[in-house]
Amino acid sequence: MTDARPRIAVITFPGSNDDRDALLALDELGATGVPVWHGDERLPEVAAVVLPGGFSYGDYLRCGAIARFSPAMKAVASFAADGGLVLGICNGFQILCEAGLLPGTLRPNASLAFICRDVVVRVERTDTPFTAGCTHRQRLTIPIKHGEGCWFGDANLVPELEANRQIVLRYEDNPNGAVGDVAAVCNEHGNILGLMPHPEHAVDPHIGSTDGALILGGLIEAARDKSVAPAAAAAR
Amino acid sequence: MRATVLVRPKPGILDPQGAAVESSLRQLGFSVGDARVGRVVDLEVAERDPVAARTEVERMCQQLLTNPLIETYEIELQA
Repeated sequence: MTDARPRIAVITFPGSNDDRDALLALDELGATGVPVWHGDERLPEVAAVVLPGGFSYGDYLRCGAIARFSPAMKAVASFAADGGLVLGICNGFQILCEAGLLPGTLRPNASLAFICRDVVVRVERTDTPFTAGCTHRQRLTIPIKHGEGCWFGDANLVPELEANRQIVLRYEDNPNGAVGDVAAVCNEHGNILGLMPHPEHAVDPHIGSTDGALILGGLIEAARDKSVAPAAAAAR
Repeated sequence: MRATVLVRPKPGILDPQGAAVESSLRQLGFSVGDARVGRVVDLEVAERDPVAARTEVERMCQQLLTNPLIETYEIELQA
């Protein structure tokens, strides 16, 4: 028995600006988006968490460096430690890296330019909840919009991630100087994914590609399987 | 106690800010190379004992002020 519309939290930090787009996209794709304020110490009953894009805390110090200490992030860390699904988009990816929940970090684009356009990424593995709806090596067109999206991992980290298959998406034509063309990485268990492209901006055919729906749809599908609370299941 | 933390991009790491500054300085006619741009954090630390203050500022560097993957730091203390 699965939940038809799984509840998925979207956390709003001061300076988040894609939180409502994420909520809208989740709703459009068959989930119920649940807004959560970063000051909340506990997560509501949800089957997954999305950390949206934006400029949390004005990107002061380093992108995501301050947001990672938000009360809600403690709850997200323990949710993830229990195997909960967490998706970080753009600034959300930066926060997850700063929090040590994902490997590497995001640095200023090699060009120093803020880049806002569609890019093509390749799916490197399909056995994660987020990419289960894709085919291996599928090319997805999803927009990026960031000034600091240049993923960096040092000479020790990159081979380790390759060996563990933690690089999930790679740019076909590297826009920002990311090491290894990395556009998305996951943790070792595969329940946390961070990506620089914005799937929530690629779900509506009226404004371009709908390839983002494959990533968010994968999350929703996996959340659907996870979201049967014992009480609800017993009631059925 | 006054503490100054100097944060630098690690050697060998691509520093686009440094590269942009270097190229601007060259355009101005200066003969320069290897420009790197870091960050300075000045702090007033309540702790008065210099050894304890340094230990405390190091903890700040490790927890928040720097990302050890990409940055190094130096701490200067003034009574």
